[in-house]
Amino acid sequence: MNQNRNQTMKPLTLTILGGVDKDGLPDAIDKIEIGRGEIIGIVGPTGSGKSTLIADVEQFAQGDTPSGRRILINGVPPEPQLRSDPRKKLVAQLSQNMHFLADMSVCDFLRMHAKSRGKDNALPEKVIMLANTLTGEPIDPKHQLTILSGGQSRALMVADIAVISDSPIVLIDEIENAGIKKQEALRLLSGEGKIVVVVTHDPMLALMASRRIVMKNGGMTKVISTSTEEHQIFQDIERVDSWLTSLRETIRQGEVVA
Amino acid sequence: MKMVVVAGTPGSGKTSVLMHAVKDLKRSGHRPALAKIDCMWTEDDIRFKRLDVPVAVGLSRDMCPDHYAIYNMDEMLQWAKAQGADILLNETAGLCLRCAPYPDKGLAVCVIDVTAGPNSPLKVGPLLTTADAVVMTKGDLVSQAEREVFRERILEANPRCRIIEANGLTGKGSGELADLIRTWPDISGEMVLRHNPPLAICTLCTGELRVSKERHRGVLRHLDGFMEYRGE
Repeated sequence: MNQNRNQTMKPLTLTILGGVDKDGLPDAIDKIEIGRGEIIGIVGPTGSGKSTLIADVEQFAQGDTPSGRRILINGVPPEPQLRSDPRKKLVAQLSQNMHFLADMSVCDFLRMHAKSRGKDNALPEKVIMLANTLTGEPIDPKHQLTILSGGQSRALMVADIAVISDSPIVLIDEIENAGIKKQEALRLLSGEGKIVVVVTHDPMLALMASRRIVMKNGGMTKVISTSTEEHQIFQDIERVDSWLTSLRETIRQGEVVA
Repeated sequence: MKMVVVAGTPGSGKTSVLMHAVKDLKRSGHRPALAKIDCMWTEDDIRFKRLDVPVAVGLSRDMCPDHYAIYNMDEMLQWAKAQGADILLNETAGLCLRCAPYPDKGLAVCVIDVTAGPNSPLKVGPLLTTADAVVMTKGDLVSQAEREVFRERILEANPRCRIIEANGLTGKGSGELADLIRTWPDISGEMVLRHNPPLAICTLCTGELRVSKERHRGVLRHLDGFMEYRGE
């Protein structure tokens, strides 16, 4: 465990080198460097290439994806093993998938996932406990994965990433539609010293990031740094959001809003 | 001449993955030829022909498609040679999951669909356990955790294989497959199958339609695992 912690705190820079948009025209942004502890947003209309950009990072593209982008780790192309071997993987990803397809019990699945990542066998219980803090109806270790609701599945995926995958780079694709407590989930995932890349349409999450990449027609068109004014607005949104959350909880619990 | 046999369950994405790999091979100056083996019907030859490479189609009809491919291997190789090809890519149906259509010297590629669930690597048998490379497709439809569990299951069934995560729609992973093909040694001399075929000939093969035990002959296995020979 200690060894893991040391490993995750080594210096780490993620570099995205520009490729081309859907028409084959070069990205307006030719290079972005992201360091430890930074949350960076990806914004843009539906179909603008946000998920494609996340996929480029996830697979450490080396000019071999349709975008032609390249990803560097600490300034150099990553070793091939870092791309595929889950035991060495630097990237954990929460995708848009809302359901599991595997016909296994929650517990068996988590145990198998811990094994694939070369991790401790006792972690599954921790994952389920954590997942249950994010979702309404608790998940039972004996449940089959396929009967979990969308919210429960997402909560389990988030907790799995925080505990089992525990990689220094975390990619999140639209956490706001997940039916779980989004801010708590993001806080869980961002951990200390991690690089977090989050695709979002949500103003609060977008402004929580220190910078955001703007996508259009498959290309990276610009990078906006969150200004002081935007940060002020973020705090306003946060207040509104926590008010909405409390209203939602009240209604969910079958009580009357006062 | 290099030879690649690509097998996998129906709908797993064999053709799509191969098409991207063919483009990659062509870009690097190779001359691949494609032989597609199917049972009843295919129009994959039309898809392949768009890539401007020689394409041959064989329909095995009432013969086992793997048996058909193995029986006609020499002919396919001669055809590829006559087309001026340096790589024969043989895509086969591989349906019954009891045998594997891989000769020992060619590159054996098994394509398997992640959405079939984490038990499927254990179900497909020698098709996967004797492959050199296992290509996982449709990974974008499941979570990362599920992909990693699937990968672990493949390694349990075939610890020495090279796993390639591919996407037939975007072409992800096909470059890696093409690289593996480029570095694979040429075939030479006599080739033998990597895995023995299923138990002899069964009565179904010879046209028996009636169900239940008294109608069938051959080397047969009971539900409890007991195996016996029934016949003359």
